[in-house]
Amino acid sequence: MNLLRKYYYGDIPEDKTGAVPPASASGHDWPLWEVFIRSKNGLEHKHAGSLHAADAKMAIENARDVYTRRMEGISIWVVESKYITATNPEEAGELYEPAVDKIYRHPTFYELPDEVNHM
Amino acid sequence: MPVVDPDQLFQDKIDNEIKIEPKDQMPDAYRKTNIRQISQHAHSEIVGMLPEGNWISRAPSLKRKAILLAKVQDEGGHGLYLYSAAETLGMSREEMINDLHSGKAKYSSIFNYPTLSWADIGAIGWLVDGAAIMNQVMLTRTSYGPYARAMVRICKEESFHQRQGFDALLVLSRGTKEQRDMCQDAINRWWWPALMMFGPRDTESTNSDQSMKWKIKRKSNDELRQNFIDMIAEQIKTLGMHLPDPDLKWNEERKHYDFGEINWDEFWQVVKGNGPCNKQRLDARRKAWEEGEWVREAAIEYAKKRLTS
Repeated sequence: MNLLRKYYYGDIPEDKTGAVPPASASGHDWPLWEVFIRSKNGLEHKHAGSLHAADAKMAIENARDVYTRRMEGISIWVVESKYITATNPEEAGELYEPAVDKIYRHPTFYELPDEVNHM
Repeated sequence: MPVVDPDQLFQDKIDNEIKIEPKDQMPDAYRKTNIRQISQHAHSEIVGMLPEGNWISRAPSLKRKAILLAKVQDEGGHGLYLYSAAETLGMSREEMINDLHSGKAKYSSIFNYPTLSWADIGAIGWLVDGAAIMNQVMLTRTSYGPYARAMVRICKEESFHQRQGFDALLVLSRGTKEQRDMCQDAINRWWWPALMMFGPRDTESTNSDQSMKWKIKRKSNDELRQNFIDMIAEQIKTLGMHLPDPDLKWNEERKHYDFGEINWDEFWQVVKGNGPCNKQRLDARRKAWEEGEWVREAAIEYAKKRLTS
């Protein structure tokens, strides 16, 4: 396929370059951590991104430098990414579709007389 | 049951402006294009720290030094957001860095030009970051979720980069004759390379616009370049300087500025590795990586030891 050869800004095709083959990589990266940040008291911690660090202390320190350079946070959680259990997109149907036809769970389902404003 | 073509299903999501997330099904070429583009973007941020790093110890005042330090630190951060986004597509950080060091992966050619005077720092902020912002604002709406989110964060921070650059040039433009000459000289040297950042003219690319169809990109090189020229041609009036292009002229009919021909030979030479600083930049990256190896190893050994003791 020729799909990859168009040269866009920031996407330089590899075949124009005469590169040498890269050394193979074999798992020397530090573990990956997910970073959650509370922007101020009263708000929940929210996923900010991820980073690599050797241990939890370094993950916190790196998260401070990478994700809170502009006072974005006052509290940081980090968790090693491998400990997160997540749903798969293929399970979306069985997990979330049962909620679709239960519109009576929303207040807008009920049409009440005008006199009972603000209920 | 009708047969559903996964590629068509994918295209329908794109057409309906549904973002693609890491675990979603995606065509292999979509994954590869994004990995290549996001990692190149990350490499550009990291290599982009080098030309400016050259002036941190030479900044003309403590204020400018603090600003420049903050900007270069941002660029390191931007590189990290982007590497993380690319990793969600299944390529390891180590592979990406190896590809940069081997020359397989590219970075923006603009960083292969030298920073000869203090005014270059202003010109980089105003012109180079200004050009990058054109691309990055578009990419906040790119179809791959993690890339789009990284771009939102980056764009918020990048606006300071461009403003501080213009601010530094403004001071020079109101200074002595020497300072004004230095300002004009930096603009003269950075203008054409900044225009080259947008890549070849649209007519040069004969292949299908797959990146547009997948909404990885939403504007063409020429469109972005024209927007940039229109913006800069107005802003430079405030500086009382001029752009080094005798053909630059407002075209009332097009409602855009016309401009002269870019030196595409130079562009391809720099892309192929023959720019003024290609070797120096890659050598600096490799050196940093190699000299940091013992730190990377020591940190992981220390972490293991603490876990078991």
